[in-house]
Amino acid sequence: MQAKGFVHCYPDNVDTDVIIPARYLNTPNAQELAAHCMEDIDPAFPQKVHRGDIMVAGWNFGCGSSREHAPLAIKTSGISCVIAKTFARIFYRNAINIGLAILECEEAANRIQPGDEVQIDFDSGTITNLTQQESYQAQPFPPFIQNIIQKGGLMNAIQSKEDNTHE
Amino acid sequence: MGMTMTQKILAAHAGLESVTAGQLIEAKLDMVLGNDITSPVAIQEFEKAGFQQVFDRTKISLVMDHFAPNKDIKAAQQTKQSREFANKYDILNFYDVGSMGIEHALLPEKGLVGAGDCVIGADSHTCTYGALGAFSTGVGSTDMAAGMATGTCWFKVPSAIRFNLVGQLSGWASGKDVILTIIGMIGVDGALYKSMEFTGSGLASLSMDDRLCMANMAIEAGAKNGIFEVDDITIAYMKDRVQKPYTIYQADPDAQYDAEYTIDLSTIVPTVAYPHLPENTHPASESKHISIDQVVIGSCTNGRSSDMEIAAKILKGKKIAKNVRAIVIPATQKIFTECIQKGWMETFVEAGCVVSTPTCGPCLGGYMGILAQGERCVATTNRNFVGRMGHVESEVYLASPAVAAASALTGYITAPKEEN
Repeated sequence: MQAKGFVHCYPDNVDTDVIIPARYLNTPNAQELAAHCMEDIDPAFPQKVHRGDIMVAGWNFGCGSSREHAPLAIKTSGISCVIAKTFARIFYRNAINIGLAILECEEAANRIQPGDEVQIDFDSGTITNLTQQESYQAQPFPPFIQNIIQKGGLMNAIQSKEDNTHE
Repeated sequence: MGMTMTQKILAAHAGLESVTAGQLIEAKLDMVLGNDITSPVAIQEFEKAGFQQVFDRTKISLVMDHFAPNKDIKAAQQTKQSREFANKYDILNFYDVGSMGIEHALLPEKGLVGAGDCVIGADSHTCTYGALGAFSTGVGSTDMAAGMATGTCWFKVPSAIRFNLVGQLSGWASGKDVILTIIGMIGVDGALYKSMEFTGSGLASLSMDDRLCMANMAIEAGAKNGIFEVDDITIAYMKDRVQKPYTIYQADPDAQYDAEYTIDLSTIVPTVAYPHLPENTHPASESKHISIDQVVIGSCTNGRSSDMEIAAKILKGKKIAKNVRAIVIPATQKIFTECIQKGWMETFVEAGCVVSTPTCGPCLGGYMGILAQGERCVATTNRNFVGRMGHVESEVYLASPAVAAASALTGYITAPKEEN
């Protein structure tokens, strides 16, 4: 699995209230949520994001509320992967569970500049910066989590497990 | 190797003799919680996956508290969807307008969580129940859907930070001031992926309301859970509430901790977290230069009985400052009734406050107290992120009910006086 796109950069401690403000949580509709994604930190984001683009941020990305609407809004806006130094733990779980690719890589977060074109190989965890012609190595997921991602999210993973149990 | 409280609870629920930090496990759940914002997404996932039944109708709680009573048509659709699901699967603990309260005040009050339980909730402040000696953590809607279907959840076993509490709280200092001080000390990701375990002789001076408030804000330090050692105060609280058997887990003497802190409670002073992170803490007494437009006293952090009592004590016979709006929100119907019976309601109204039915409304900028551009609010809530309570250029200052009430009277951030 690979991703390739241009980068949008954000600081440390990006919280779920700026990723998708609570005033829009009166709907679970992914398209409506994506239309307001990042609105309170980067109002132009919904207009400037292109399918396949990559988000890069600092420490503790996605802190705050457990709202799954946050990774859902990012994924639906077209972002193919979020790279951060660390993720807040509920956001981390939610991203895996809904199939939004995320990678923790401090070096990539330090080096990558806004607008850089970046390519990611998820199997190896290698992040290649095509603009700056350098690459960074992220930790690949443990097999347990890779299985959830390969099955297309948690619900598919538990369904295939239940099917196996019943056989 | 010894285990922490959290590790012991997780091992027991995974059917394992022992677990170690970093281990991936699947644990059985004693309660799965959702609210009117997160349940609709979970219900969508549950139905999309084709599940026909829930794992146990008595171990699911659905609480309509965030945008309820319905704030608009879309919010009404969300509670309707939750209500229909609850009826279809005969969910025992479905709390709608009239019986609902703010979820993390309601579940402990109803005795739905006890010591040693393993709980997930599609709300980040689910960590509140650690006050009862339970393992309890916030998850997303998909985890909630999977939990409702299977009664299990996957976890990476966390390591822990131990907070050894000594001494006694003095003056107006409360659990809120302790947890704000700790977050100020370790930062908003200071306990990322970890447990915060609270022990020590200082527990004796912390009421259950103090502990619930402190465990509630463990997530604001990035923690997976916050958990208190069970003592006589916990047991007394559970006595008339928790109907099911519960189990007390204590950390092994040789349990490993990533860090240990000793906190002398007698040194804690009324504390305020400035915008836009809960770690930006300052003493309330050094914050007089900050004028305010609104005060909110309530939420899953500080909407409990003793919070109302403290606010009433400070507001009694006085008037809210000109140009300040004060909104008081008792967290449950029971607390609301107590406010009436004890005369606190009259105190609030006569002081010039408005008192609302239970709702999370203003805390997350939903409704019932949205801030305009440039406005400042002292709130007893838990988050002060950009735009949290309204306009992106509004500001939230987090504080205890005592500081919020004292500030409402002066119109600027105020440490309550000793003679109050």
